[in-house]
Order: sequence, then structure tokens, then C-alpha cells
Amino acid sequence: MYKYDQYDQAMVDTRVAEFRDQTRRRIDGTLSEDQFKSLRLQNGLYLQLHAYMLRVAVPYGTLSSAQMRVLGDIADKYDRGYGHFTTRQNIQYNWIKLDEAPDILADLAKVEMHAIQTSGNCIRNISSDQYAGAAADELVDPRPYAELLRQWSSFHPEFLALPRKFKIAVIASDTDRAAMRLHDIGIQIVRNAAGEIGAAFYAGGGMGRTPMIAPLINGFVPLDQLITYSEACLRVYNRYGRRDNKYKARIKILVHELGKEEYTRQVEEEFAHLLTQDIEPPLAELERIKTYFTDPAFEAGASDEVDRSDPDFALWIDRNCHAHKQAGYIIATISLKPVGGIPGDASADQMRRMADLGKQYSFDELRVTHAQNIVLPHVRKADLYTLWQQLDAAGLSTPNLDSIGDIIACPGLDYCSLANARSIPVAQKISERFAAQDKLDKIGELKLKISGCINACGHHHAGHIGILGVDRKGIENYQLSLGGCEGADTSLGTITGPGFSEDGVVDAVEKVTDLYLANKQGEERFLDTYRRIGMAPFKEALYG
Amino acid sequence: MKILTGNDLKSGAVVWWDGSGWSLHIDAAVDAGDDADSILARESAARRVNAAYVIDGERKDGTVRPAHIKERIRALGPTVRMDLSLKPSDPTAASWVI
Amino acid sequence: MNTQFRFRDDQAVADPTITVDNFGDQTNAAAVRLEPGDDARTLLPYLDRLKLVEVNYPAFTDGRGNSAARILREAGYTGELRAVGDVIVDQLPALRRSGFDSFAPSVPMITADAEAAFARWADVYQADAIGSVPIWKKRHG
Repeated sequence: MYKYDQYDQAMVDTRVAEFRDQTRRRIDGTLSEDQFKSLRLQNGLYLQLHAYMLRVAVPYGTLSSAQMRVLGDIADKYDRGYGHFTTRQNIQYNWIKLDEAPDILADLAKVEMHAIQTSGNCIRNISSDQYAGAAADELVDPRPYAELLRQWSSFHPEFLALPRKFKIAVIASDTDRAAMRLHDIGIQIVRNAAGEIGAAFYAGGGMGRTPMIAPLINGFVPLDQLITYSEACLRVYNRYGRRDNKYKARIKILVHELGKEEYTRQVEEEFAHLLTQDIEPPLAELERIKTYFTDPAFEAGASDEVDRSDPDFALWIDRNCHAHKQAGYIIATISLKPVGGIPGDASADQMRRMADLGKQYSFDELRVTHAQNIVLPHVRKADLYTLWQQLDAAGLSTPNLDSIGDIIACPGLDYCSLANARSIPVAQKISERFAAQDKLDKIGELKLKISGCINACGHHHAGHIGILGVDRKGIENYQLSLGGCEGADTSLGTITGPGFSEDGVVDAVEKVTDLYLANKQGEERFLDTYRRIGMAPFKEALYG
Repeated sequence: MKILTGNDLKSGAVVWWDGSGWSLHIDAAVDAGDDADSILARESAARRVNAAYVIDGERKDGTVRPAHIKERIRALGPTVRMDLSLKPSDPTAASWVI
Repeated sequence: MNTQFRFRDDQAVADPTITVDNFGDQTNAAAVRLEPGDDARTLLPYLDRLKLVEVNYPAFTDGRGNSAARILREAGYTGELRAVGDVIVDQLPALRRSGFDSFAPSVPMITADAEAAFARWADVYQADAIGSVPIWKKRHG
């Protein structure tokens, strides 16, 4: 993975000094809260329902074991012993003190981490495929491109006061594991008919109040124009994105209102101009970054055999492990969704445990997924059983990846002042209702996502089953939607009808899955059955 | 009653106006009445509170109860981590927010 | 608003600025003021005679002026480019790199804070309007 040179290190160190100074000026009153707010947000520091909350960046979801260990230590030293992994591959701490925040950033900088632009109206953490560098189906590892974009977007002088937040995802496989088309800009690295590698750009996707799937605006941007094209997309957005209404300020609204053709025309015009301005790093820079993303020292001829005689272990392999491009290796997902637990939360001890396991069994590398789990990307099959036993001892072996137990949930009203309803108790109840292993097996792949408000941080629009918490005259109420999907066949969920109480929505989810099981044909997943039979039978089952 | 709530600038702790200062405990909250806005302005300018705002509530059964569930959760702590709340030893405390 | 910082050696222009809408009607105006919603490219035919472009920031959170400034510098404008209005210390590095060479904040800045801000960043990741040598160029020559 990428390692800082002296320039990168100086940038994060300077940022710490800058934020330390800004914090001093807030505490002594030189800066008002209005002025300080946008500065602290661009260092990931929110003022939330209970305390300050800090969102630390995990660039494209990749971290080393040393970094994961420090995340655990920060939870103990500055917070209340735990952290929350988010749907953008970052981590959040909920109980931060303002006067300690600069010290936290200093501790992070020592391990090449930061909280730069994880909030605010700027370009945010660039997300990517959690199986990058390990999956057999990728064209190339997408992360060097994400790193190039990370540096380009950090402290970009023109784009620090955008109309609204800006989220970019980069993938390099046709199987979209990063919900790429639900981002403000989604990039897929592709190969053209001539065999050259370039970037397909999608612009104007997003969730929130008005979910939209990003249309393709350029099917092939050459690699040596990647930054220039990105700059053109951002400049058009900065100039013409709406600033009159916070809820209509994302690029998806601009693309929708102009139309894809007109937005593209403006981008291409700006792009042609910017090509004359010498803003593109040389390809040598991309090549330099790529040297950090070569394969680890895989053992040649490693055995593909795994002893499956332990049934719990066999179940975990089948559920949580994914084929690796290298014979003898496997990709293992650590579930942060124990039955009845808080999705995405990990204790400091668990973080340090995962750090150790990453160091020992995965070439010192871990990933954070946008489904709030942790991946060990390069595990030797010969080590898998020992690894699993240690995960099991640490409460990290729940075998539920991509099943109804693997719930994605935002923090909701328990933590977030933007929320209308709590989301975590709903997740806990559903998790407990479907805890029986045979039930999970029967239902199979089902991505259930819960958001506590219309901002959709739980990505409920992209849930096969989605739940949205709303405030109905001061009482928490839950809307159910079906048929969302975040892959290459991205679709947005459709609301079933009137909302439910907290217990009611758990019952509703069970009715929906029962109907699926009664109607399933062959190997259909829930999503397939829904797409075949439509909403009507589900409506009937729910509302009679 | 008009209750004022905000955060301590440095620590971020949730606080409630108790008539002369800012308390960590909602039961100490007083009715700021018509003075709410001027108190907020004065206390914010002096940096004795940050991001403060006014909410409705009532004094009921010996405790102060915010009108909206959000501020009840704010007063108590996350209902899913009562061990981190202001009432970690009270197993029924979470039901107060409903 | 008084100009508080100026990075030019020449004499400041005393002309009052006129709005972009009125600018087209006047054939000899040398000073114009851009609002956030104005298109800086409408000024491109007149860059030779423009000596001062003021860009107004009604709110520091509205970054359209940063694009306007860069567009003017990219087009070859060499006159004074002044950020006016709700300009705060912490934006100064970004504004400078966007091409502004003078600053007239509506609320005067603490000089020491502003000087610290201007001097804060030894290096930058991107090419910009003032010809900074970006880190990628230092890495590869």
C-alpha cells in the first residue's frame, strides 16, 4: 500500500499545525463558531448529538496493521474504547474533546493518517473496491488511481468551498463492489478496443433526498488526462451547482437539471481548455504510486486445500470468504455485525486484535468495506483455520456476509443530530429475529440497509430491502423499500406503502422474506424474485 | 418550559441552562422563558456555551422532559450503549426516551 | 473595505469598480467587480485594458470566486485580482493560489494570523494560478 514520502508527510504535519492554530483561535474567541465550523468539518470534526465526533479517513478503505492498531489506541486514549466503521470506508469516534482533537490528528499523522476533508463542502475520501489487488476479476488494481486523485483533491485551492460535499469512487472491475454509480463521480478503469487502459467517467449519482444513478459522461478518458478531466468536472460543478438550496446543491441535481448531454458538453469544453494549462501529473507519477501496489510476496505453489471438517469453520468459509486471484490464497471478511450487535462498531481491543491478525495472516494489510466490515485481503488457505479460530475467540467470526444478518445501518438518532429516528435498535431486532443459521442459509444473499433519515448515510435506497426512519409527529416510524441494488445493475428501491412502528417493521421484513421463500424459483436471490414478481404480492402480504 | 441546551466548547459535553450556568444534568434545567434568546446570545458570546439552541419541554414526575425524542436521547445518551449514558446502572433508563 | 494585503509592486488602481453588466456598455473602464453568479469569461475580450478585477465573496463558503480567479489568470490576465468581502484568514492560501494578489476583507484580519496563513504551506499537491511547483513536479522534475 502507499507509503508517504517526505512531501506527503509534510502535508499532514502542516495540516495538524494549521488545525492546532485554528482550534486555539476558536477557544480564545478569535474565530466564531460559524467561521470555525467549516474549518473543523474539513478536518472531520463534527459537533454531534452527544459530543464532538471525529471522522478519520481510511483512503480507499486500505490500512496497515500499524494504522489499525493506532485506531484502537486512539479509541482508548481519547474516546470511550470503541469506534464505528462507516459506509464510506472511514472510521468515526463519538466522544471527542475539541481541545484534544489536534493531538489526535498528530497521533494519526505519525502513522500516515489524517482526517482531511472527511466532511465539509469539498472532495471527500475517495472510496474503492474492498477486494482491490486481490480479486480475480479486476482489470488492474484501482487504488493507484484513487491515490492519485486523493493527492489532487487534498487542499485543492479551487474546490474547498463547493456547493456541497463531493464523493468519488474508483473501481476497475465490471462487478461493482463500491456502489460506484451512486457517487457524485464514479470512475471505472477500463480497456478500450485498442487494448489501452483508460477511465470511464460517470457523473451525477448519489443518494440522500433524491437518489440518482450516475449516467456515463465519457466512456474513455486516457490515463494521462485523468486529473485534467476530473478538474473539468469539478470546475463546472463549482461554477454552476446550485447554492440557493442546500437540498438541491449536489452535482446530481445539476446533471439532472442541465441534462447529461449539456453537463457533458460543458465539461468537455472546460476539459479542452484545461488541457492547455499543464495541470496533469506525468505518467511517471502514476507509475511511482503503482510501485506501492504490487502483489505481496505470495508463496508459489501454496496449497488450495482446506480442511472443512469443522462445520462452523466450513460455514464461515462459505459465507465470508471470497476467491483470490492467486492460487492457495483467499479473501476473508471479518464481520462487524454480531447477532444483536451495533453494525460497524469495533472495540479498541478488537481493532488491535484485527491489526495483529492482519499483520500475521494478510501481509500486514486490512480493508474497510462500505458495508461496515473489515477484510483481510491476502490470506493463505493453509492459515485460514487458525485465523478463523482466533477470530472466533475475539467475537469476530459471525458468518453472515451479504446475508440478512449483515445489516448496514447508519448511527441514527442514538448518535446523530440530523436523524429522525433510531436505526441501530431496528438493526439489532432484525438481526436477532433472523439469527437462526438455517434461516440465514435459506434466505441467502440479502442486503438490508437502514438509514435514520433522508440523508441516507445507511444507503437504504440501494438496499435489496431498505428501511428509512422518519419522524411522524414526534414518534419514530419506518418506511420499507424493496428492490434497491448497488452493483453493475444499480437500481433504487421502491417504497412499499405506509410506514411501520419499530416492532412493526421487523415483522414486515419477516413477511417480505417469507413471501420470497414461498415464491423463489431455482437459485433466485431475494432481489431476483422481487424483480420477477414485482411489488404487488409484497404489498398484499404487508397491508392485506 | 423553554429549555436551553448546547455543548461545552472545549469538551463537547451536552449542557443545559440551569439559571446561572450550564449543567450536565437535564433535571437542573430551568425555564428560560422570554429571556431565552438573550441568554443564548450572551452565553455564546462569552464562550461559556457553544452551538446552543432552545427547545420545548416540561417538568414532569420530578424530571425535566424535552418535548422531542431527539433531545431526550441527547439528555440521556445513546439508548444502544446505556453503559455510556448518564444512567449506566438503570436498566429501565432507555424507556424514558420513548 | 480597505485592501489589507497586496502582493504587487505597481500602483493600486484608484478607479471605482463597475459591475459586469455595466462593463460592456463602457468602453474605457479599467476596473470591474464580479459577483459570485457572474461569468468571468465575459471579461476575456477586455483583459488587455483591465487593471483591476474585484471578486466579491458575500459568504466565504461560496467558492465560485476561486474558479473565476483561476479562469482569468489562465486567460492571461496580469492585472490586480482582489478578493473582497467575507474573506477570512484561513482561506488565504487557497485564494492566493487561485490567483488573487490583493485582499480587502470586510472585517480586518489580524495581521499575524494572516501572515502565518500565507506562510503555512511549503508545498502543494496541484498546479495553480500562481505557478507553484506542485509536488508531482518536484518528484519527477
